[in-house]
Amino acid sequence: MEVFFSLAKIVVAFVIILQLTLLLLWVERKGSALIQDRVGANRANLFGGLLPFNLGIVNTWMADPLKLFHKEDIVPTEADHFLHWLAPFVAIVPLFVTFAVIPFGDVLRVGGYTIDLVAAPIPASVLFVLAMASLAVYGVVIGGWASNSRYSFLGGVRGTAQMISYELALSLSIVSVVLTFGTFDLQEIARAQGQLIWGVIPAWGVFYQPVALILLFIAGMAESKRAPFDLPEAESEIVAGFFTEYSGSKLSVFMMADFVEIGIVAALVTTLFFGGWQVPWLGREGFQFPGGFAIALPSLVVTLLQFVAFLVKLFVFCWLQILVRWSLPRMRYDHLMAFGWKRLLPLGLVNVGLTAVLVLLFDGWTVK
Amino acid sequence: MDLAGLPPEYPLGLAAALFAIGAFGVVFRRSVIVVLMCIELMLNAVNITFVAFGRELGDMAGQVMVFFVMTVAAAEVAVGLAILLVAFSRRKTLDGDEFASLRG
Amino acid sequence: MIAFWIVALFALVGALVVVLHRNPVYSALGLVLTLFQVAVLFALLDAPLLALLQVMVYAGAIVVLFLFVIMLLSLEPEKRLAAPFPVAVAGLVLAATLGFGLVVSGTLPLRSGVPSRLPADFGSPESLATNLFTKHQLPFELTSVLLLVAVVGAVVLARRRS
Repeated sequence: MEVFFSLAKIVVAFVIILQLTLLLLWVERKGSALIQDRVGANRANLFGGLLPFNLGIVNTWMADPLKLFHKEDIVPTEADHFLHWLAPFVAIVPLFVTFAVIPFGDVLRVGGYTIDLVAAPIPASVLFVLAMASLAVYGVVIGGWASNSRYSFLGGVRGTAQMISYELALSLSIVSVVLTFGTFDLQEIARAQGQLIWGVIPAWGVFYQPVALILLFIAGMAESKRAPFDLPEAESEIVAGFFTEYSGSKLSVFMMADFVEIGIVAALVTTLFFGGWQVPWLGREGFQFPGGFAIALPSLVVTLLQFVAFLVKLFVFCWLQILVRWSLPRMRYDHLMAFGWKRLLPLGLVNVGLTAVLVLLFDGWTVK
Repeated sequence: MDLAGLPPEYPLGLAAALFAIGAFGVVFRRSVIVVLMCIELMLNAVNITFVAFGRELGDMAGQVMVFFVMTVAAAEVAVGLAILLVAFSRRKTLDGDEFASLRG
Repeated sequence: MIAFWIVALFALVGALVVVLHRNPVYSALGLVLTLFQVAVLFALLDAPLLALLQVMVYAGAIVVLFLFVIMLLSLEPEKRLAAPFPVAVAGLVLAATLGFGLVVSGTLPLRSGVPSRLPADFGSPESLATNLFTKHQLPFELTSVLLLVAVVGAVVLARRRS
């Protein structure tokens, strides 16, 4: 039975991330069209266009991946064939694995069992996320090098430098959150945010660590290599960067990795700063509003509400990243490096130091 | 993680093999950058023994040592690779035998 | 036990790739493979925190630096892989001796007073941190100085080229 529940949780986490990538593909195309005052993807239609309304979402949900997977897979003659084949897998596997430690609900009570709603409940899951994030750079390096093309190579070198630079700011922002909540476990961090500050405001991380939120969001966007940080794949300079020489299904895997990274950044922001699966004032027994007013709810409904809340928050932060991508121009390379090392890194260090002092002064500082 | 019964001889044997391969590489290879990698291999073999013995003796000091070794390895690689970059820009090669000009 | 044999197999394959492959990029990737297996081995040996640190520090930072330098210098695969034959033989003999010595020393009996059961929190972040910040405070501070020296050294060396 335990094994069955574990498998079910893994399937849920996997389905969330897979469907999220496909949904984001459509949202990105339609969203960019909205921002640029275009119509956007509107060609594919179910039932031969007999429906009165447009089903553009079907276009990207099914037609785009199907089309990409049917394209010819071209490997340059001079490329290193083995590594060229390996790179997309190296790019995407650590990202998928990361989603296993993101909690998507509190507990599910079914027939005497109490199931912790996180696919892989490991104690140091925050570090696990960081470790896997640091592996994501290999897809870029290997892909860029193995293609044996100048553009790919430049993209690979840029990507490496950018990702190891912004990883520092990312880690520092996460360290300050860990200090605040005093645990390495994402599920514990999410649970701690169910408390109330002064009995009214939900004790979400954003109220304790606003600076860390900004750091994490910026550094996370830089890690996912999208505008304004899309130097590794800057199409106006180096064609498509490290995946210039990729086509067909391998290209689609690289593009999917981009969307999964957006999902992971959104999931981290949600879990660390916006309560994860927490719904304000919703406890395990039902709603407990500040005024003493309460609504009792069955456990299953509570779990469902939490799951939906997690998905909604996740999607809001994905949308925010897409919005930023289509609003800001690309940074210049030296600005990018200077911003990471001279602005974000000192800010992160100061934030960690300040957090440590506050935690010591106020003995835990957060609501216990 | 139900490997409570994993006897220490197995990881120690693996560590010995890795250390031997690393030592062989240091002597065998000409490219300085690969020699540096082999040194990392040897350090990792040592780390395995630290963890295995620490577990066997129930002493956390073994894991703390690994922590220090990792830090020192990071520092070593940073300086080592910087030296390599300088050496390469002067000699246009990374062949260790070509760096023998200190022979007097 | 099966997990250990898988780890051992891949670790050895990775190590051999490091030593024997002509192309430094493959050597670096072989190193990643081995380091990753070592991380898994740490997890099996009740050191989960070290396992994650191993991935972060070695795979995430050190080998990426190696790859970065290899790419920056555009190193070609080596034409002459190895030292001349006598040196290779000497290396083999040395390696065999070292390996044999280590295996023998590994089978020697450990000191007495070994606890039969590990404490429940063995290898947890808390126990590692407590040990690190109490018993090993001075070395910890010294490492931070060492890191600072390394940073300054790397910057100075890299600057002098221009």
